[in-house]
Amino acid sequence: MSMQVRRRVLPGFGLTMGITLLYLSLIVLIPLATLPARTFTMSWQAFRDTVTDPRVVASYRLSLGASLAAAAVNAVFGGLVAWVLARYSFPGRRVVDALIDLPFALPTAVAGIVLTTLYAPSGWLGKPLAQYGVTVAFTPLGVTVALIFIGLPFVVRTLQPVIEDLDPEVEEAAASLGASRAGVLLRVVLPNLLPAWLTGFALAFARALGEYGSVVFISGNMPMRTEISPLLIVTKLEQYDYAGATAIAIVMLTLSFCLLLCINGLQTWARRRVAP
Amino acid sequence: MTTRTGIIRATIFSAAIATLAAPAAAQTLLNVSYDPTRELYQEFNAAFVKYWKAKTGQTVTIRQSHGGSGAQARAVIDGLGADVVTLALAYDIDAIAQSGLTSTAWQKRFPQNSAPYTSTIVFLVRKGNPKGIKDWRDLSQPGLQIITPNPKTSGGARWNYLAAWGYALRQFGGDDKARQFVTDVYKKVPVLDSGARASTMTFTRRQMGDVLIAWENEAHLALQESPNQLEIVVPSISILAEPPVAVVDKVVDRNGTRAIAEAYLQYLYSPEGQEIAAKHHYRPRDQAVAAKFASSFAKLKLFTVDEVFGSWQNAQKTHFADGAMFDRLYKMAAR
Repeated sequence: MSMQVRRRVLPGFGLTMGITLLYLSLIVLIPLATLPARTFTMSWQAFRDTVTDPRVVASYRLSLGASLAAAAVNAVFGGLVAWVLARYSFPGRRVVDALIDLPFALPTAVAGIVLTTLYAPSGWLGKPLAQYGVTVAFTPLGVTVALIFIGLPFVVRTLQPVIEDLDPEVEEAAASLGASRAGVLLRVVLPNLLPAWLTGFALAFARALGEYGSVVFISGNMPMRTEISPLLIVTKLEQYDYAGATAIAIVMLTLSFCLLLCINGLQTWARRRVAP
Repeated sequence: MTTRTGIIRATIFSAAIATLAAPAAAQTLLNVSYDPTRELYQEFNAAFVKYWKAKTGQTVTIRQSHGGSGAQARAVIDGLGADVVTLALAYDIDAIAQSGLTSTAWQKRFPQNSAPYTSTIVFLVRKGNPKGIKDWRDLSQPGLQIITPNPKTSGGARWNYLAAWGYALRQFGGDDKARQFVTDVYKKVPVLDSGARASTMTFTRRQMGDVLIAWENEAHLALQESPNQLEIVVPSISILAEPPVAVVDKVVDRNGTRAIAEAYLQYLYSPEGQEIAAKHHYRPRDQAVAAKFASSFAKLKLFTVDEVFGSWQNAQKTHFADGAMFDRLYKMAAR
């Protein structure tokens, strides 16, 4: 036999790999492959005109910008929440813990309506904020608020188990070897958390990019100012312009794929630093 | 990914179950409609089931599916097995016809352009009408805030836009004047919600804006909910909105439901069907029923899309397609 089969210690590789590939193809690859297929029905010129239309470009800027901002805010405050939940015990901790998952479960349209009602100029939070000249609803800021809401669980849920696994004895050892408080945090705790932190950030970001349901209510959908890319996709579909819709989708997909790839690269780098 | 595809998936799924569960003897009909007709068809379906049983002895089950008009049309094109469609715009049924599912001459098959009931576009204002809005021209007063949904995503919003355009065309004459007026109106819109119902909520619940441009039936529903806060203002002239109905040929031939589907839509034109429509604030076509409900529908001059814009296809192309008039209004305003 010319083909050499490498024996593995763990049996079942062929079967599980086969199932993995089949599953991924059915669930991810085939649906995504139909995207370019739809786009190929339009000419290169038409594709370029569609994806570089000023209105569409403005929507990429808003979608990417707001998603990045929301993921960044979530990374900071979600990290804090995860730390508090993992490290301290206090009455009502389980309730708070359960609350974190609500944005996962709540239909996004409901979230959008609730947030809009709160932050509209006549709303509970919108009214006092308006006195300081801050308008949230129907501005890019409102879009970011909605994206923060839906992205929070991703950061908390990826960080929490890692913090729980972090042995306090390591910190104690560092302290007893003379490291300052800040030193322990910066040189012992943070490097251990960084890979999971980046994962949480990436997940929250990716989720925010595709979000439609909650954002359309709070954004106000003003052309050139508060239109997100998914809304423009829906707009195209409303005109039965499937090719145009998929063209924008492809640009979005490419952009987010590149960004996620960068984040993954960062992650690998961070992990190497922790465990060489 | 989106709630909308979720809805489509859910309707396709439930429709699939509906076809599976239908026993051979009892007939099942699926009516795919748009959002504001939910209550109308609930009542109408019950009436039709009774009528059909009395007439033929056959038991028929009618299922209804509701959503945005365009999304519903796409679901039908993509395979949702609708025996009949009752949508907001002729443009959406045209799209179904162009996909080959039904005849492109569908609009000739039933009386009155295949629109058994009509509606129009009116204004909803705050109680006491503090801004003194009487007609379209009052919408151009400075400092006013107007609420209307985005015509790119909402069928209802397209009627609003065309109504404003048609008024200006008749009042001031010439496309340039009309464009000026409509630009003025949309400059005063702080929020373009994605659907008509969302706009109603922005106006009634969030207290935004001085005037809501709305379907007559939506305005009546909102008024029923908060009679002490709102008032309906009927302009001197508006558009005749004709929500059309059609039988989907390919589906009824496959299901063997043509006779019943045609009878179902025909029954909308009967006195009983017309009364149910009128009760739900749709204007009846039947003269006798219209006379009976005369007090609930204000008299005003009405023009049709075909009269002013040629056809829905035309209106869509010159006003709502990408890069067409509506997009240009915003690009000009941004400059």
